[in-house]
Amino acid sequence: MSVGPAPSGDPILTVEELHVSFATEEGVVQAVDGVSLELQPGEVLAVVGESGSGKSVTAMTVMGLTRSPNARFEGTAHYKGTELIDAPEDQLRQIRGAEIAMIFQDPMTSLNPVMKIGDQIVEQIQEHEALPDQQARERAIELLEKVGIPRARERIDNYPFEFSGGMRQRVMIALALSCNPSVLIADEPTTALDVTIQAQILLRMRELRDETGAGIILVTHDLGVVADIADRIAVMYAGRIVEHGTLDEIFYDPQHPYTWGLLGSIARVDRPRPERLPAIAGLPPSLSDRPSGCHFRPRCPHEFAKCVEVPPLEARLEGNPEHRDRCWLTPEQKKQLREVRPGEIGLAAKSTGADAA
Amino acid sequence: MSVEPQATEAAPSENGGPLVDIEHLKVFFPIKQGFIVDREVARVHAVNDVTLSISEGETVGLVGESGCGKTTMSRAIMRLIDATDGHLRFHGEDITSAGRKQLEPLRREMQMVFQDPFASLNPRKRVVQIIGQPLRLHGTPRDKVEDRVRELLTLVGLAPEHLNRYPHEFSGGQRQRIGVARALALEPRLIVLDEPVSALDVSVQAQIINLLDDLQDEFRLTYMFVAHDLSVVRHVSDRIAVMYLGKLMELSPSEELYTKPIHPYTFALLSAIPIPDPEENRSRERIVVSGEPPNPIDPPSGCVFHPRCPRATGICREVEPPLARYPNGHLAACHHPLNVSAEEIKGAVKDPASPLSAGDELPSASEADSSASSA
Repeated sequence: MSVGPAPSGDPILTVEELHVSFATEEGVVQAVDGVSLELQPGEVLAVVGESGSGKSVTAMTVMGLTRSPNARFEGTAHYKGTELIDAPEDQLRQIRGAEIAMIFQDPMTSLNPVMKIGDQIVEQIQEHEALPDQQARERAIELLEKVGIPRARERIDNYPFEFSGGMRQRVMIALALSCNPSVLIADEPTTALDVTIQAQILLRMRELRDETGAGIILVTHDLGVVADIADRIAVMYAGRIVEHGTLDEIFYDPQHPYTWGLLGSIARVDRPRPERLPAIAGLPPSLSDRPSGCHFRPRCPHEFAKCVEVPPLEARLEGNPEHRDRCWLTPEQKKQLREVRPGEIGLAAKSTGADAA
Repeated sequence: MSVEPQATEAAPSENGGPLVDIEHLKVFFPIKQGFIVDREVARVHAVNDVTLSISEGETVGLVGESGCGKTTMSRAIMRLIDATDGHLRFHGEDITSAGRKQLEPLRREMQMVFQDPFASLNPRKRVVQIIGQPLRLHGTPRDKVEDRVRELLTLVGLAPEHLNRYPHEFSGGQRQRIGVARALALEPRLIVLDEPVSALDVSVQAQIINLLDDLQDEFRLTYMFVAHDLSVVRHVSDRIAVMYLGKLMELSPSEELYTKPIHPYTFALLSAIPIPDPEENRSRERIVVSGEPPNPIDPPSGCVFHPRCPRATGICREVEPPLARYPNGHLAACHHPLNVSAEEIKGAVKDPASPLSAGDELPSASEADSSASSA
C-alpha cells in the first residue's frame, strides 16, 4: 500500500531558509542552518538524522517552542497564510494545539502527572473551543477510544501514572488530535516504546492520517519506522538538509554519501549477519565548531577540493526536480562510488564481506 | 538457509563445562504493605524458572520487551540481585548464595557494560580514575595503573592522551567506549552487556558493535548481550534467548531464530520490527499483536503469552508448555509451534530446561507446518 505524496496543490506548511542559533557559553551553536521544507495535507514527511542534526529544533521552532533570550531566528514558516516565526505569542497560542499539534518523544514526562488525563484533554479542547463540560468530556472519551484505549469511559478519570508507556503515548496522540489539527508534528513518537507497541501506534497514526487528512511531520532517527510510514524524507546533517526525496528515491537511489552511510550502517533484522557492520567513521561535528564547506567532509571518503565550498540543495537528476541533495559529486560519479546491492548500500566502495545469499 | 548444526546448544565448550550455568532461576520481588509490620502481599515474578547455560567464548543474546525480566536476569547472574530460588554456577562453582568473600575473586572475571553512557560514568572523575578504579581495587600497584589505562584506551579506540579528561568531554559513543574499557580492565571472562548500544546513534552503534566483536576475538570473551532490539542482537549473537514475562519462550541458534521462529511470540516480535526497506516492508506478512504484556504480579495461567497469542487454544490456558527440544537444538515452549515439520515434531523431546511447573505434553504431529522444510 504505497500512499504516494499528495501533490494536490498548495502545501499546508512551508518553511523557508530557517536559521536557528543559540548563544551559549561555548560560543554560538548553529542548530539549524537554512532549512526549507514543505508539507502537503495528508502526507507524512520524515525528517531523519542523528542526534544533534537539528531535526527536533526545526520542528520545535515551527511551534514556537524554542523561543528564548539566547535564541536567534531567521527565515520564515508559513502556515495557511500565518507567519509563525515572528508571530506574537497570543496568536501562536491559538494555532498551537488546535491547528498544529505536537507529539513528544517521552510519554512519561510530557503529561501533567497531577491531573487526570480526561481533564487534560478537556482543558485543551476548551482552550480552543467554547464547548460545555459534558460535551468536551464526551469528545475526550471518543478520542481515547479512537486511539485504542480500552474502557475509555472508565479510564478517562485515571492519572498518567496509572497507564503504561504505550498507553500514555496513546493519550498524547488523543491530546494532539483533540482539536482536529491539520498539521501533526511527531518528534520520535515511538522511540521510547517496545516494538510490538510501536507497531500498534504506527498503525494508528496511519489510520488517523487517512481519516483526518492531516499532514504529519515525523522526526525520527529510526529508518525502519520511516520505511514503514513516510511518503517523503528529508535527511539532515549538522543543521542542514543534505538530501530530500520520496521514500523510494532515498532508499533505492540515494545521492548523498551521508545517506549512503546511514542506510549502510543499520543492522537489519531481515538479513543474515555480515562480517562487519559498515560504520561511518568519525563523529558528527560539534554545532558550535562545524567544519567549513560541506559539514560531512571530514567523515566522507569521497572528499575532494571542491567540498570546502558549500553546495546548495538542488536537483541534479534529470526529470526529477523533487529529489535534491547537497553534494558536489556528479550523478555519474555517485552511481559508481556508492555500492548498491539489493537493499544494501555502503559508504565506501569496498566489499562488505561474504554474506551468502 | 543452511545453518550448520554446530555443537548443539548447551554443549560444553572445548575447554570444559559451560562458563555460566543457570538452573531453574527464580527472582521474585516482594510487594510489602502494612502498618508497623510489613506483610508481603504479592510478588512480582520477574524471572520465573529460567534455565540457560553460556559456554566460554560464546555470545548469548537475551531479548524481550520491557518488563520481561531480561535485566533482572542479567543482574542476578552478576549477583547484584539475589535469586529467590534455583542455582547459579560460574565455572562450575555454585555462587547462588556466595558471600562477599567468596565472590571477590570472581568479580574480576565478570564485568558489566551499562546502557546509559551518560549515567554510568561518574561525572566528577577523570577517565584515568574511572577505568583505574577496578584495577586499584584488585591490587594493581599505583604506578602501574596509568600505563594500563593508556593501554585500555588504545584498545577501545580512544586516544591515550585523553586519560585526564572528564566524561562530559566525550560523545555518547566515546563514553560507551570508556565503559567497555572499564569492563575490560581486569581481563574478565564474562561481560554482561545491558543494552550497550540502544542509547547511541545508528552510525555509532555499528562502531561499538564492531569494537565488541574485535575484543571478543582478541580476548576470547564470553558475552551476554541483553537488548530489546532484535536487529542488533542478530548481528552479534551465537544463540538467542527470547524472554516474555519472566519465562524463557525460545532458545535458538541465532540465524535460525530469524529464518524459522517457532514461538508465535518470537514471530510477533520479529514482524513488529519495521524493516528499513520500503518494498520489503510493503510485501511482508505482519501480525500486530494486540494488547500489552500482562502484570507480572499475577501472570496468566498456562502459557503466559496466551492472552495475546493469535494461536491460543484451551490447552494454552490450562497447561504451561514445556520447552520442547527440536532435533537441531532449537528450544521453544509452545503448544502450537510455527515452522516445524512433522519429522521435527516427532523428534522433539521435553528438555530438562523446562520450567518445573510445565506439563509433559509436547506439540502433537497435527501442528506440523507442511510448508516448513527441515532445512
